[in-house]
Amino acid sequence: MRPSDIFQPHPAPTYHALPHPLATIRAGISGFPSPAEDYVGRTLDLNERLVKRPSATFFMTVTGDSMESFGIQDGDILVVDRSVNARPGHIVVALVDGEVIVKRYEILGRRPYLSSGNDRYAPIPVSDRDCQMWGVVRSVIHEYSV
Amino acid sequence: MIGLVDCNNFYVSCERVFQPRLEGVPVGVMSNNDGCVIARSNELKQMGVEMGTPAFELRDLVRHQGVVLLSSNYELYGDMSARVREVLEEFSAGIEPYSIDEMFVKFDGFDAATTQALARTLYRTVRQFTGIPVSVGVAPTRTLAKLANRAAKKLPEYSGVCVMHADGDETRRLLERTALGDVWGVGRRLVERLAIQDIETAWDLRQTDPKAIRRRYSVTLERTVRELQGTPCIELNDANEPRQRIMTSRSFGRLTGELGDLQDAIRQHAQRGAEKLRQQDSHARAVLVFLKTKRHRPDLPQYSPSVVVELPEPTDDTRLILAAAQQGLEAIYRRGYRFMKGGMMLLDLVDANRQQLSLLDTPERAAQRDRDSQLMTVLDELNQKMGRGTVRLGIPRNNAAWHLRCGHRTPRWTTSWSELPTARA
Repeated sequence: MRPSDIFQPHPAPTYHALPHPLATIRAGISGFPSPAEDYVGRTLDLNERLVKRPSATFFMTVTGDSMESFGIQDGDILVVDRSVNARPGHIVVALVDGEVIVKRYEILGRRPYLSSGNDRYAPIPVSDRDCQMWGVVRSVIHEYSV
Repeated sequence: MIGLVDCNNFYVSCERVFQPRLEGVPVGVMSNNDGCVIARSNELKQMGVEMGTPAFELRDLVRHQGVVLLSSNYELYGDMSARVREVLEEFSAGIEPYSIDEMFVKFDGFDAATTQALARTLYRTVRQFTGIPVSVGVAPTRTLAKLANRAAKKLPEYSGVCVMHADGDETRRLLERTALGDVWGVGRRLVERLAIQDIETAWDLRQTDPKAIRRRYSVTLERTVRELQGTPCIELNDANEPRQRIMTSRSFGRLTGELGDLQDAIRQHAQRGAEKLRQQDSHARAVLVFLKTKRHRPDLPQYSPSVVVELPEPTDDTRLILAAAQQGLEAIYRRGYRFMKGGMMLLDLVDANRQQLSLLDTPERAAQRDRDSQLMTVLDELNQKMGRGTVRLGIPRNNAAWHLRCGHRTPRWTTSWSELPTARA
């Protein structure tokens, strides 16, 4: 076989976005117009997944290591939703003594605390401080350097 | 019933959402172009600082009284305003933004108790979702809704929400306590003329005969009387709306995603808006541009952006306003959406005759300004005599001089990835 017979790949193939396959598209084959036809070929949108309520959702950058055991690292981006009422167990953004902090809202011995995921930081008792809930963290974005 | 949701000290409140230490502190927001106060916190109002005060006069207050002055951050205010509107849209299909910080909400078909409860819900929800404190006034007409809103904001017994009915003792009491000058659309000159007839409060005006008012004054004032009596006569965006804000918008004939179509529309709006400014002798400091896709078409992608662009100086010059509007449009335009409506709002209006002269003004600048104003006068006259649109402006190129001076601008907390607020872990 001569080298010229070898099939060469295209040096710059055209790019095609991957369409999002939807099971309902099959409806079209059976002769019914598909209600999903308008969605054919759309790409997935992370906003749709992570931002449940755009009007109340804010992004914040994390500084510090006290929340590492909850998967929140220095430099991560928090997706904070103000429309959710904070309940024990939620990761929350709160204002304590004029500072914006991210902690876990917990009830310890019937008293509310803001706890860290790190033993080096003591839980902050909520009741005897100037403390205000700002929003509830719905997700954390951690980007790796590649 | 119609509601008016008004954000309290809006610019300052936007800043406080992300800077809790500004809570309880006297805060002023300054214009970037001429360094005057354009928004005040309650604390600053109580210190007697007036709107329009130049920054240098406040130097001592900053040094000795803990006053904080911030440069205006229109990107933040535009984004927060859009959020407030979005929250309201969850409750009513009829939201009409009246300015960057005031929105009318249709409250149709509810009984009195439900109306009260819904108004309270709006009050709470906007505050919770966006962090912006608001006052809610609800009444049968827009003019009364404005007054109800004022009561909600100023009188502690209402704690932020006032539902006013057309008749009743409470309505009477409130109207009797309202000076004429605080009634929507009643200007200083009218107040003086009406005072001669012993008409001094909103209640006095309401008791007059609308027809007599029409003969003696104008159709506009007749409408105000009828509105005070509880008969709705003012729709937004029509000619009889009292001229205190300027917004021009229109639905496109068909859904369009073409930048060219949108530019055409914005050009017309900018021109129309600048004309209105000159008619009422005002200058604007900033331009808000918005686009809307068609709601109730879930099959089409939805995108209803808005943006605020600050003008290089307070102005009524069509060319400057057009350039800013154009810049705003380019910033929010995205391919792949089909828009139904677009428009423009002129913000932070100042009286043209009371405008502060900038320290940077030179005789050449003043001469240039005179020439510009003559040009605009000619433009208006031609369009008036020969029909609207006789003389139009092309689209100016983006101009580097546009970039703003923003000394103490806070970060763009919500619109820039590199300026997000930080939370300490």
